[in-house]
Amino acid sequence: MSDPAMRVIQNGQALALRDVPELSSAAFRDAILAGTRGGARLVCLCAAPDLRLFAVLADDAEKRLRVAWTRLEAPRYPALTPDCPQAHLFEREIAEQFGIIPEGHPWFKPVRFHQPWSALPSPWGRDAASPPGVTDFFKVSGEEVHEVAVGPVHAGVIEPGHFRFQCHGETVFHLETALGFQHRGIERALVGGPHPLSLKQAETACGDSSIAHAWAYCRLLEGLAGVSVPARTERVRGVALELERAANHVGDLGALSGDAGFLPTASFCGRIRGDWLNLSAEGCGSRLGRDWLKPGGLRQDLGPVMATRLLPRLNQAWADTRDAVELLWGAASVMIRFEVAGRLDATQVRELGMVGVPARACGVALDVRKDHPFGPYREHPVPISVAESGNVHSRAWVRWLELATSHRYLAQALAALAESDPDPRPEPLPPLAADSLCVSMTEGWRGEVLHLALTDGAGRFARYKIVDPSFHNWYGLALALRGEQVSDFPLCNKSFNLSYCGHDL
Amino acid sequence: MMHILLSRWRQGFRTLPYPKAMPSLPDRFRGLPKIQAEKCPTGCRVCADVCPTEAIHIDGMGPHVNLGRCLFCPDCVEACPEGAIEYTRDHRLAASTFEELIVTPGEEYRRAEAMGAELKRVLSRSLKLRVVSAGGCNGCEVDVNVLGTLSWDLGRFGIQFVASPRHADGLLVTGPVTRNMELALRKTYDAVPHPKVVIAVGACAIQGGPYFRQEEQLGGAASVVPVDLYIPGCPPHPLTILDGLLRFLGKLGAEGKRT
Repeated sequence: MSDPAMRVIQNGQALALRDVPELSSAAFRDAILAGTRGGARLVCLCAAPDLRLFAVLADDAEKRLRVAWTRLEAPRYPALTPDCPQAHLFEREIAEQFGIIPEGHPWFKPVRFHQPWSALPSPWGRDAASPPGVTDFFKVSGEEVHEVAVGPVHAGVIEPGHFRFQCHGETVFHLETALGFQHRGIERALVGGPHPLSLKQAETACGDSSIAHAWAYCRLLEGLAGVSVPARTERVRGVALELERAANHVGDLGALSGDAGFLPTASFCGRIRGDWLNLSAEGCGSRLGRDWLKPGGLRQDLGPVMATRLLPRLNQAWADTRDAVELLWGAASVMIRFEVAGRLDATQVRELGMVGVPARACGVALDVRKDHPFGPYREHPVPISVAESGNVHSRAWVRWLELATSHRYLAQALAALAESDPDPRPEPLPPLAADSLCVSMTEGWRGEVLHLALTDGAGRFARYKIVDPSFHNWYGLALALRGEQVSDFPLCNKSFNLSYCGHDL
Repeated sequence: MMHILLSRWRQGFRTLPYPKAMPSLPDRFRGLPKIQAEKCPTGCRVCADVCPTEAIHIDGMGPHVNLGRCLFCPDCVEACPEGAIEYTRDHRLAASTFEELIVTPGEEYRRAEAMGAELKRVLSRSLKLRVVSAGGCNGCEVDVNVLGTLSWDLGRFGIQFVASPRHADGLLVTGPVTRNMELALRKTYDAVPHPKVVIAVGACAIQGGPYFRQEEQLGGAASVVPVDLYIPGCPPHPLTILDGLLRFLGKLGAEGKRT
């Protein structure tokens, strides 16, 4: 299992670049293929300037990460994807960002439709005037086959993305997504940082997961600065993250209920979600957890008085949530829709490197809080929720189990915070380690959030990579829709509820 | 069925009484900034220097805060040695023009005015909006969506988000307008029948928000389409958005309550 070619690190640990093994291109490839064949996940594969490739593997059972890098001699290399499907989107991203071509990639297309950051030309011959979303799509031909195109602007209050359904009658043969409409250049903006805006950009990498991304960013800086955070502060961060999880899971269960045509739970949850968001707003003034965390600690602490005041509101929100959601499981019309739609299996999850709720709904018990514990989850582990069927029902059920876990965590944490005084305000961080690498992961409500930074000789970001869980999971939605009806798309889509902006960055 | 009725009874009637009464806002809510320029030491520029979005401009009158750029973060408040700048809990932030988004010391903030008489005749009793998310972080979208829940019940004001630009009286735009959304926004705008309005919600849609320096975006909705109403925030609280919409329709008095 252990591969001497790669260097073992822990989640949040910084490492001098000279201690990260440089492998030949062939050894780099072998290390990734051997690792993933042995059960490790490819959690990050990215390029940096000067034709360097970095890989991060996660050995979840052993609670550790492995890193290595290679320098390509030319802007092309044999694609990993045919032997390691987990690499498929990473390799397309590398090609788009740096013009490095993974030769033999089976479905080689842009990811976000922007120009390369390096001087190399776009591998697809695209220029600044090329329209977004225009590319090859899988095509099915034959009698009674038709194509449905949706987006980028959608019918509801939803982010933009383009979907192409290849259909035979009502049956979907394949769904393909073309994203990138939300691409606003976050990774490029972070280069040369940390800047005064960097934390804000991390918070808005995916704005409904502000805490998950802000925390990953903070831990990255704390790792590079060699700073540890007091236990009470970590606990408050945990409260922020679990409130974010609860609010979004409640919202998703309500929306799923609405898509199945069951209005009581849909209406109740729309309101109750606000109650959870308002608990976050008490903590930091923002319903979405903005300006709550900062590197080294918290921008706004949660003192004993506030903890005491929040506890009854938490319990009321949970009582209302239970009352609303329990109706769902007793509604036969909902259960029949949930159980037949959108099935995936554990093999697909592992092959694609999927994470978060959709993975756990297939019995794949991945959760950064357990596998690579950070912050308060080291001392206060949370049970991991799984389901087995891999369908819409399982994805809803996992959210429901996690809501109960989050509530329990929050109740215990607030009770503890009510008994202890706040930590002193954090000092500004010392300078970040120069010429170093750090990988930081958190478990947001959608799944694994990964931030990776390389620093230059002055301790500034030379490369900043963000992997939102949606990046791993969009293809899973496409597979879940195969053989389903077009009319089940909203339900399947909602059961994943993936992020466009988190993918597009 | 009995379970559903019991739940309905337990959950109760939860639509907020706004605008007859004000919903409670959290203690730490950051609303309209208040500037006490008389406290500013001569030549001090600390607030302007720490502001990550260059929202603060200083002249002889003191600091001016551009709410179109402001992310409502505590940076300036924390940095000011004299406590000359603070956030109030006033949620009423919407303005009609870029110039009116600027908070000037000692002057009343000029909130959005109602739409013109002809528009009001056509639109004020039923405003249908198509939402275009154009590069946002889903934060503004979340708090726009919330207005449709039973807590806010947007429909009772005659406002509705519709599924097609052909059914709409205007657009509600979020996000800085990425280059990749420019064409889609333009086409959606063109598809809305006249007369039409555009409402920019959130710092991104006003002037680019946290991405204002990025060349991947265009710096807000006004770079592509004419904007009639700006609603600041990152993201704006649902109450701020609703206040802006109702003000625009001429349904609110100065106090933020129904006229």
